[in-house]
Amino acid sequence: MPVVTKPDVPAVKDNRERFLERAMSRHHYSGDALIEVLHTAQELYGFLTPALLKTIARKLRLPPSRVLGVATFYHFFSLEPKGEHSMIVCTGTACYVAGAQGLMRVLEHRCAKAGSTSPDGKMSVQAARCIGSCGLAPAVIYDGKILPRLTPDQLNAELDRIGVK
Amino acid sequence: MTFEDLLEQQAKEIARQQGLRERIYCCTAAGCVSSGADAIKKAIDEEIKARGVGAEVECCGTGCMGLCSKGPLVRTQSDGTIYAAVTPEDAGALVAGQGANLLADRKLDPQADFFIKQEKIVLANSGTVDPERLSDYIAAGGYQALARAVMELTPQQVIEEVKRSGLRGRGGAGYSTGLKWELVAKQPVDTKYVVCNADEGDPGAFMDRSILEGDPHRVLEGMAIAGYAVGAQQGYIYVRGEYGLAIQRLQAAIKQAERERLLGSRIFEDNFQFRIDLRIGAGAFVCGEETALIASIEGKRGQPRQRPPYPPESGLWGKPTLLNNVETFGNIAPIVAKGGDWFATIGTPTSKGTKVFALAGKIENTGLIEVPMGTSLRTIVFEIGGGIPEGRAFKAAQTGGPSGGCIPPQFLDIPVDYESLHKIGSIMGSGGLIVMDDTSCMVDVARFFMDFCMDESCGKCIPCRAGTVQMHDILQRITKGEANENDVALLEQLAKLLRETSLCGLGQTAPNPVMSTLNYFSGEYEAHIRDHRCPAGHCVLPAAASSNREVQA
Ligand SMILES: Cc1cc2nc3c(=O)[nH]c(=O)nc-3n(C[C@H](O)[C@H](O)[C@H](O)COP(=O)(O)O)c2cc1C
Ligand code: FES
Repeated sequence: MPVVTKPDVPAVKDNRERFLERAMSRHHYSGDALIEVLHTAQELYGFLTPALLKTIARKLRLPPSRVLGVATFYHFFSLEPKGEHSMIVCTGTACYVAGAQGLMRVLEHRCAKAGSTSPDGKMSVQAARCIGSCGLAPAVIYDGKILPRLTPDQLNAELDRIGVK
Repeated sequence: MTFEDLLEQQAKEIARQQGLRERIYCCTAAGCVSSGADAIKKAIDEEIKARGVGAEVECCGTGCMGLCSKGPLVRTQSDGTIYAAVTPEDAGALVAGQGANLLADRKLDPQADFFIKQEKIVLANSGTVDPERLSDYIAAGGYQALARAVMELTPQQVIEEVKRSGLRGRGGAGYSTGLKWELVAKQPVDTKYVVCNADEGDPGAFMDRSILEGDPHRVLEGMAIAGYAVGAQQGYIYVRGEYGLAIQRLQAAIKQAERERLLGSRIFEDNFQFRIDLRIGAGAFVCGEETALIASIEGKRGQPRQRPPYPPESGLWGKPTLLNNVETFGNIAPIVAKGGDWFATIGTPTSKGTKVFALAGKIENTGLIEVPMGTSLRTIVFEIGGGIPEGRAFKAAQTGGPSGGCIPPQFLDIPVDYESLHKIGSIMGSGGLIVMDDTSCMVDVARFFMDFCMDESCGKCIPCRAGTVQMHDILQRITKGEANENDVALLEQLAKLLRETSLCGLGQTAPNPVMSTLNYFSGEYEAHIRDHRCPAGHCVLPAAASSNREVQA
């Protein structure tokens, strides 16, 4: 598993807790701000743990079921830790027409299925529905940077380079 | 700020810009950034510094210049030339004013069809103003429409102007914008909201993103005018979470406008007040649907609800809510500034104005274009778009995304407007236009969109939740050569069911790509089912027992 700080441990009194608290107080602890608060929480902690969701539910005075319901409804929120690297394959129409399926097959074969992380924690694979760079199709976002007009061969070479088996 | 202040700022900024020897515009929209625009802008800035010419040469970032496939693009203001495929090494030539000589081979021809066949209203500022500087927008006449509305017109007159323009919503359905505004204005309630739908979920569409990145103040001004017209004091922009740069630019633009009192309280010293806040989406296509979007702003799961009541009567927190698309708001300031009659001269009798399209797929010039309504598909694909690369044949154009259809070659000459597209089984949609050549399998295209709808169905109503799965299953079997003749009839039955019984537009329109490909490309379905053959050579099928045709990989 990749190394992540454990937000579950209540003793971890770092700045992140303060930032999250500030985000909630900025919205006057209103339940309507749940999505904004979850955005902030994920930005701070990388992903949303059950403990984190419970804390948010308590502070915003919402039933935990509602918080979990919202967190699982939206693709953006992740309830699992992310890998060391991430690849987001655009599977929008332009990229599909340009062959994104071939890229996805390579990643599924060598790393993990879309929406999950490889067992060694090296790579998280995600699918996105159009990243707005259709002129560069097929496009992949690799650790936040766009790889334009990617071919399966180039993708394989990149995976080799970072040591994915 | 008063109207006089606004005019004074405009004159000052124009004079300042004219005093420069050169203003170099680097396209810093998403497309060019991913092909290295940031490094170019940095190189030019450094070059200006190194040569000590900061007083006469200025470099600024702009929104999308349109021709994304030739990026990164740079434009020099003195002669209006756009250079393609610029590299950081070109900085010296550009700053020295030697672009025309040294980069002559990469000059784009301003008389090319790509430029002269377009007409820009919404994108007029995209590529010519720095979206991060309010003074650039003011120099281009920005916020004068808001001033005119607040100081000279009554709310009812603003609505009349919008009605006269004939503007229809650009988010897909094409409902009359003026009528919608009137509906909200008529509600006898004090608290009302204006919401801008910037969720742009259609995969293969990036118009709204480009507008927000290239000219954010235009959208803010349109929303403020709407707020004045319908009597709202609070606006929200619901932006897709994936659009980081757009979010950043909007945040900056809102701050600037508030500082100059163009948003906030006592706008133009009048009693009108209007604030705008952002709400960031979290990745759910269905949140583009208006009632789902409203639920999402309220912090809930983005699930649509039964309409009526429609949002103009009961929307955000149960209050009357005006909800329009980004491009719709982008048209408002020009309409109020130049008059509805002017706008109504552009386009066709039922579809006025222009439409922004994102061209993508198998087309030479991928990028962002704006054409008068009624322009033919042929002009868009072959003249502006430059045709199909590698000498391949045009097979279909897909508009309307997962709610739209595939338009075959025999309809290339139809005028692109709401009615004509609807008649041939597609829709205008938000403006994604994806061109396919003979390597695309139309059955697999239908499967692709059904996969999308299945994935994005919110699960609230059964026809959509279960129906999309069943339809996808059949389509997948066809592409794998495992289907039989009855499956097509079953597809048609399911399509009817989804259309008639789904709760929201997602399910109601999900069968459209299937039905349009069945209509126009039935031969391909038959080839897969009967001969286990994919005419486009895309699907991998096992050889049919009854035929010894060669299987194509
Ligand atoms: C499933 C679904 C997705 C939609 N996605 C969008 C979208 O991404 N952007 C948008 O402006 N409208 C979208 N719409 C249309 C909106 O519900 C609404 O009609 C529109 O935003 C109204 O604005 P307009 O009148 O300016 O077009 C979608 C509708 C449905 C049913
Ligand atoms: S479809 Fe991939 S970037 Fe638009």
